Amino acid sequence: MDFPLPDQGILARRDLILAGLTAAVGADRIIADEDGRRAYETDALTAYKCMPLAVALPRTTDEVAAVLRYCNANGVKVVARGAGTSLCGGALPAEDSIVVAVSKMNRVLDLDFANRTARVEAGITNLAISAAAAPEGFFYAPDPSSQLACTLAGNLAMNSGGAHCLKYGVTTNNVLGVRMVMMDGEIVDFGGPQLDAEGYDFLALIVGSEGQFGIITEATVRILKASEGARPMMLGFDSAAKAGMCVARIIGAGIIPVAIEFMDRPAIKVCEAYAKAGYPLDVEALLIVEVEGSEEEIAERLAQIAEIARPLNPSSVAVADGEEQAARIWKGRKAAFGAIGRLSDYLCMDGTIPLSALGQVLEDITTICQSHGLKVANIFHAGDGNLHPLIMYDANDREAAHKAELAGAEILKLCVSVGGCLTGEHGVGVEKRDLMHVQFSDTDLGLQMRIKTVFDPQWLLNASKVFPLDVRALAEQPDPNAAHAA
Amino acid sequence: MDDILKPATDWELQGMVKQLAARNLSVELVGNGTKRSVGRPVNASMAMTTAGLRGIAMYEPTELVMSARAGTPLSQIEVELAGRGQMLPFEPIDLGPALGSYAGSQTIGAVFACNLSGARRISAGAARDHLLGVKGVNGRAEIFKSGGRVMKNVTGLDVARGLAGSWGTLAAMTEVTFKVLPMPDDTATLVFTGLTDDLAVELLCAAMGSPYEVSGTVHLPQTLAARLLHDDLRMAARSLTAIRLENFPRSIAYRKTRLKERLKVYGPPLELDQESSLKFWGELRRLSVMPYGSQTYLWKISTAPKVAPLLVNTLRRHMDNVETMYDWSGGLIWLEIPASADAGAADIRRALATHGGYATLVRADPAVRHGVDVFQPLNPAVERLSRGLKTVFDPGNVFNPGRMYATM
Ligand SMILES: Cc1cc2nc3c(=O)[nH]c(=O)nc-3n(C[C@H](O)[C@H](O)[C@H](O)COP(=O)(O)OP(=O)(O)OC[C@H]3O[C@@H](n4cnc5c(N)ncnc54)[C@H](O)[C@@H]3O)c2cc1C
Ligand SMILES: Cc1cc2nc3c(=O)[nH]c(=O)nc-3n(C[C@H](O)[C@H](O)[C@H](O)COP(=O)(O)OP(=O)(O)OC[C@H]3O[C@@H](n4cnc5c(N)ncnc54)[C@H](O)[C@@H]3O)c2cc1C
Repeated sequence: MDFPLPDQGILARRDLILAGLTAAVGADRIIADEDGRRAYETDALTAYKCMPLAVALPRTTDEVAAVLRYCNANGVKVVARGAGTSLCGGALPAEDSIVVAVSKMNRVLDLDFANRTARVEAGITNLAISAAAAPEGFFYAPDPSSQLACTLAGNLAMNSGGAHCLKYGVTTNNVLGVRMVMMDGEIVDFGGPQLDAEGYDFLALIVGSEGQFGIITEATVRILKASEGARPMMLGFDSAAKAGMCVARIIGAGIIPVAIEFMDRPAIKVCEAYAKAGYPLDVEALLIVEVEGSEEEIAERLAQIAEIARPLNPSSVAVADGEEQAARIWKGRKAAFGAIGRLSDYLCMDGTIPLSALGQVLEDITTICQSHGLKVANIFHAGDGNLHPLIMYDANDREAAHKAELAGAEILKLCVSVGGCLTGEHGVGVEKRDLMHVQFSDTDLGLQMRIKTVFDPQWLLNASKVFPLDVRALAEQPDPNAAHAA
Repeated sequence: MDDILKPATDWELQGMVKQLAARNLSVELVGNGTKRSVGRPVNASMAMTTAGLRGIAMYEPTELVMSARAGTPLSQIEVELAGRGQMLPFEPIDLGPALGSYAGSQTIGAVFACNLSGARRISAGAARDHLLGVKGVNGRAEIFKSGGRVMKNVTGLDVARGLAGSWGTLAAMTEVTFKVLPMPDDTATLVFTGLTDDLAVELLCAAMGSPYEVSGTVHLPQTLAARLLHDDLRMAARSLTAIRLENFPRSIAYRKTRLKERLKVYGPPLELDQESSLKFWGELRRLSVMPYGSQTYLWKISTAPKVAPLLVNTLRRHMDNVETMYDWSGGLIWLEIPASADAGAADIRRALATHGGYATLVRADPAVRHGVDVFQPLNPAVERLSRGLKTVFDPGNVFNPGRMYATM
């Protein structure tokens, strides 16, 4: 992976920059020492590491503005950071950048149950929003598996999803407003407590912009009343293709469960050892299907789903026998990455495919990994075709690491070739930056990059990510229709 | 405005835009032109219709996804979906009757260009939430695409969704790909009667705060209820506060009982069965209680639900003969006012400055729409960014000049 060469002028002025930042927000907001900075040198894509010039930990929107104003005036690059759980290197610093982490801005500002909204500081963790709303029986719907640690800021920047997004939508569908500090220090509010503000849909562009537009400090999100109950059932199959067919038939029958999750044999084994959830161990593919409602509603829906599955000869059908097993079934699923991580280093891919291609794509993924001599486990959001092949390798073996990257790239190209995309929820970051050509034409990339320029004219925010370096000139490309100039 | 361009392919459209740009001409973009009277009157050299871009390009019911050419009539799409027991979840509102034309003629491109969503928006999300991918031609005469056909996609900026609600001022969409959902097995409606606006909104918010997945929350004051075509409800001769349940029959039976218990203090509701419910909500979707009239103007106001009655009270203090329909449990107000020189804009904007929200003038004489801010005025930062966005897509101001904002 290539990175732009660091600006030597900036590196040489490090002391001056530290002094400037300290003057802007005070020494207790700035981490300058090496040990302190080390905690920020990477994110959950640990293959890449880089020490930033300094780390700022602002406590207020005004402090964020002061930091950005200084950086803008002095040409210092900025990488925004939440909790650093990005799997695509989104929060990876650059050598000539500072990191601005919003993790200290984590208060709930307002819970409004009549209007069903929560206004929070963006550094709050995903789960803390739901926890704050829980006493009234409300919750914040998008539930990335990393929800205990990841921040709403990171979720907004990545448009994160989770297991229950099949029914409730991803981050972009659950946010009503954001407060963002622009690179020049201006504080701007987009949206608000109401639905569907007229005017250009800036929220659509900001959510998923991977820290390239500004630093989000506050947000208004939708909170929902939790259903009376929820229960998962497990359907085991002797082939992935049958599991895929089962998903299609459930949806085709007009049933949208809250979640349909998929695990293959290698993943089941690891997750069962970790969570003791009672996953069947003798199947090739397991679906976890969850429905919500009252006791009777749940029973009726699960019976319908079992009926739909029956002609596909599932090798096992089991409904969670109570709250406790339900919790363990989800614990195993949500801890899957961590559980596999304890066995082996892995690269987590995140392509999305049309469901109809599922069986074929899973076979091809196995073939691709085998051809590189690598093992793979699959755990993913089946309802919406968002795959997570975990390619296992030994990080100390450079050749294996390289092979894993090659296999990953082949898998993502495969996803695009069947009509899908490079990333369903983890983002592009550095990891998929150079693959963007596979999915987009230069025109498409130029359009996106010019939008980035509207928000960040000097390209100081997370500038080495998302857009391939070899097309950066497109960000400046003038209108091809010369007549306008005339 | 005699010249109507009618491209049949993306390439033809691209060629036309190139020509227009080269000659410094602009174009008014229309689907079926059913909403030409909304927004600021466009001051363009000629018009272009997407009527030649027609047809369903892809439909995968088991993947809940459809692609259609932008000029495909919405009615055709809904017939196709209904054939497989599916629907557009956001229930796009049909402004035809309110604007003095006929119902059922709008195009799918325009539905997304205007981000039109109906009652189910509160539970299912808006039009923009269902837009997965767009192909189009921008003002630089470039063919571009964004998004795709899969539900989850965070690859690059979400340009597709960013085009929702841009009213054809950024680019001409040629094809849209969107998420669909199964139709519910059954529908029922509880209608509470005789409530004031305040109590009605309180009730609707309480219903939304229940775990019963209410999918429609509307309040019609008595004067508007009297305009319904639905005989039983019109004949109730009282204000109507309706909540909709959509699910499988046994679930609806259960949830109805629970909701009635919970909302007991508001009095016993009327109950509408499936057929009667479909009639009622179908009528609301066409905004039939706010029909076209040359003596009245129409506003659409989006605000926080519990603020809505306060906002309306404030407006009533300054204006006479105001009629309001509340949707989205109060978060959407359709406001009918007597025709006037500024369409009440000054009063409405002042009230919004206090209470918060966005107002759009939907129906008024062209001269009035030319003179007032039809869309909510932007704060300086957002205005600067809006201008920047317009320049990114359409630097030569080819598409719909002045449609949203006088100077853009
Ligand atoms: C075990 C594990 C499981 C995971 N499961 C899921 C999952 O189920 N679904 C899913 O979608 N993701 C998942 N992820 C990925 C990750 O958790 C998400 O991308 C998350 O949203 C990142 O949040 P964060 O606070 O850690 O952000 P960071 O990693 O710190 O940053 C992520 C991006 O956000 C930007 N950013 C951070 N703060 C701001 C701000 N204030 N303003 C603007 N931009 C900002 C950064 O620059 C960076 O580009 C998982 C990760 C791990 C490690
Ligand atoms: C003067 C005139 C006369 C016409 N006469 C007839 C006739 O007699 N019979 C007939 O069948 N048709 C006629 N048409 C074509 C007709 O307008 C369309 O077929 C159709 O009725 C669409 O209206 P709509 O409701 O889809 O949205 P519109 O009101 O057209 O559009 C609403 C908004 O969405 C925008 N928009 C619409 N589509 C797109 C898109 N694809 N991409 C980006 N933005 C978009 C528009 O610019 C506008 O801002 C005529 C058109 C014109 C201009």
